[in-house]
Amino acid sequence: MQTTHNKSRRDFLKLSTLTGGGLMLGLNWLNAEAAPTVIHQPMFEGAVGFNSYLSIGTDDVITIMSPNPELGQNILTSFPMIVAEELDADWKKVKVLQANLDNAFDRQLTGGSGAVPHSWKLLRNAGATARQMLVQAAANQWGVDATTCTTANGMVMHAATGRQLTYGQVANDAGKLPVPTTITWKDRKDFKLIGTAVKNVANHDIVTGKPLFGLDFYREGMMYAVLQRPPAFGSKIKSVNDGAAKAMPGITDVVRFGNNVAVVGKSTWEVMKAKKALKIEYEKDGELESTADHDLLFKKMLDSQTATVRRKDGDVDSAFKNASKLIKSDYQCPFLPHSPMEPMNFFAHVRPDGVELVGPSQTPGSARTATSKLLGIPEDKITLQLTRLGGGFGRRLKTDYVTEAAQLSSIIKAPVKLIWSREDDMMGGSYRPAVRYRFEAALDAQGNMIAYKLRGAGINVGNSTREDNFPAGAVDNLLIDSVDHSSPITTGAWRAPITNFLAFAEQSFLDEVAAAAGKDPVAFRLELLAKAKQKPTGEVKYDIDRMEGVTKLAAEKSGWGKRKEVSQGFSVYFSHRSYVAQVCDVVMSKGKPVIKKIYAASDCGEVVNLSGARQQVMGGVVDGMGHAMYSALTFKDGVPQQKNFDAYRLIRMKEIPEIETYFVDNGISPTGLGEPALPPTGGAIANAIFKATGQRVKNQPFIEEDVFKNPSKSKLPSSSFERSKPA
Amino acid sequence: MPNYTLQINGKEHVVEVAADTPLLWVLRDHTGLVGTKYGCGIAQCGACTVHFNGAAIRSCMLPVSAVKNADITTIEGLSENGDHPLQLAWDEVDVPQCGYCQAGQIMTAASLLKQNPKPTLAEIENTMQGHICRCGAYHRIREAIQLASTKM
Repeated sequence: MQTTHNKSRRDFLKLSTLTGGGLMLGLNWLNAEAAPTVIHQPMFEGAVGFNSYLSIGTDDVITIMSPNPELGQNILTSFPMIVAEELDADWKKVKVLQANLDNAFDRQLTGGSGAVPHSWKLLRNAGATARQMLVQAAANQWGVDATTCTTANGMVMHAATGRQLTYGQVANDAGKLPVPTTITWKDRKDFKLIGTAVKNVANHDIVTGKPLFGLDFYREGMMYAVLQRPPAFGSKIKSVNDGAAKAMPGITDVVRFGNNVAVVGKSTWEVMKAKKALKIEYEKDGELESTADHDLLFKKMLDSQTATVRRKDGDVDSAFKNASKLIKSDYQCPFLPHSPMEPMNFFAHVRPDGVELVGPSQTPGSARTATSKLLGIPEDKITLQLTRLGGGFGRRLKTDYVTEAAQLSSIIKAPVKLIWSREDDMMGGSYRPAVRYRFEAALDAQGNMIAYKLRGAGINVGNSTREDNFPAGAVDNLLIDSVDHSSPITTGAWRAPITNFLAFAEQSFLDEVAAAAGKDPVAFRLELLAKAKQKPTGEVKYDIDRMEGVTKLAAEKSGWGKRKEVSQGFSVYFSHRSYVAQVCDVVMSKGKPVIKKIYAASDCGEVVNLSGARQQVMGGVVDGMGHAMYSALTFKDGVPQQKNFDAYRLIRMKEIPEIETYFVDNGISPTGLGEPALPPTGGAIANAIFKATGQRVKNQPFIEEDVFKNPSKSKLPSSSFERSKPA
Repeated sequence: MPNYTLQINGKEHVVEVAADTPLLWVLRDHTGLVGTKYGCGIAQCGACTVHFNGAAIRSCMLPVSAVKNADITTIEGLSENGDHPLQLAWDEVDVPQCGYCQAGQIMTAASLLKQNPKPTLAEIENTMQGHICRCGAYHRIREAIQLASTKM
């Protein structure tokens, strides 16, 4: 049993009596150390300033608000589950509401796999506080000691006398009690909801086609708009001839702002059609870069004498001089668009007295701030209603599509829904950056890795490394640095930023080192972890035990080293506070490797919703595999060469492997799962391909590599490492 | 602009739109049926799938002028109460993540099961290969179709 005392509580609990009866508990997510307060106003008036709340009606209906944007990570189910667990609510009677943007919430965003880790205690407190008050109200009514009462399924019970009351029956009385100053949490062995598979609360609405998404939003009198942006990164508008577009049916306006030309009209199809009639000339406004330029540039950056040092332990130069074996290898990935199935869109209505924004955003707060700055309208005059997001993958962390809509509405002085076509979405920037890594390792005569170097060369990445990740801490001499190229091509966070590719490169390289040392890949990693534990070099910023735990679990579940019928590859990665190890089974078919199965062992702390957790792992693996195998965005003179799903390949049903998911049950507080299952996948696959073919796939997408493209060329196993010490 | 009389989910809708307007945008902008989704506009992703006289088609590339008297069924009209075996199976298996592509997936699966109530795994995969689920919920989509096929 865990108890938290008032002093350490981060949330500010408020209490109110519902209009029409009931109990309402508001949480102010900002006033960290404030004392509990009883609110005596009716619910919705009283709700001002504390909008994440739980309310219990006299009809036993429990309403729980979920503040974070829902984009498929299932937060709209997981958050309320945590409250309901501590409340001992009857899940069937819980109603869930998506909250709009409100300053009362803390961290109202979707990103960094951080929602549940951040809000875990707060949500438990919300449920536990209400439960204690309901128990006290029932105990008072019965004239018994509250400690002799129990709760289950939305009821308070007194076993000695066989009496029971529903939460609805005592909600009014509970609402008049002071908020308890000491909160008692359930012991995890008593969890009834947490850790079980609970269905997505939006399933029925989704499968019946309800208007849930931003693109589905409609307001009487609104206009529809599309924008023509410069097709090439590094270009700007020279001249616009909009005569033909303006003359087309349904078009009410063609306006230019910045380098955008907006076509406004009465329906989506009419504005899409008229956009094609625009005649715009562009001129150069920066470098018009091509993928071929980047390939050359990367090589220069990797050889550059100047780089930003990210971590330096020991003396790498001496260690390399004294080594008996050196291994050196480069890995490269292309740019990737996010490709959420729902393209960017937003509704904006800029009125003289304020701004109304409606749509899908991962960062509604930033969207409001950006709109405020752009239009010079104070934030308290701007409202933002969150719709469901048809995927995000990091693209909706950007606010460009929101401010475009707001600016357009302010120009045309009308409510408008701005829609990006798929082509706009794929050509619209904010990509996963292209990166090339160079790894070098030195082994001593016994096959110990005595030195390790990593150089990251990236385009608009900043730091393309994660310098404190494994194997840092396990190698005595280590140098990690990076070089960045500034490009007009815009980049941004893409599910598991940096690690979505770095993990593949690093885990493949460690496999190369293990092979050069003549060691089993799993044993080699465990050896390094033991070294980091017993004799660490520098600071160790990952949890060695947790990494070891998932490594052993994945090895055990996959029958690592025991199954001759498949070629197996191993990978383990720490990202966003969680640990995931994966083993991939590859078999050869018609001379090509086929990815048959992936075993994923995850340590994300306490699993809240087993169904949602499995989805995040399986979806993460499919996402990681799909993009590693098939996807690439290339450029010619600044113009993206893939504009839609005919030229840009995403993984589909026939390509998915079997996936088995396992979770470490260690009872630590949740550490997040929206991203961590993605990074290890590419490495597990690449290492299994190596096992099967003797060939290393080092560049994404793998489908362009010889093992897939020219299997006849790749028949001879080739080694990618320098096996002997150079003279 | 011409008028078109369309039969959608058993009801008559009269719309005044250009002849080349794709059925997708007629549904979404002119009849308020937004369950059918826009994903790519070039029949590559399947999010816009509806039934045309019972057959699954991509509404994003079908001009309204070609619809004529065909019976159009959208996700909103697949069942009275959202209780088509596929809709129930989608909940039972807990398929949706973001949910955006699911209406299109269900419409293609419904057309498959109508023609072939007991499809093999390969038949399911071949049929569903035209759809993209960016969240990667393919395993559960497949499982839900298999489950629904036991209840047809």
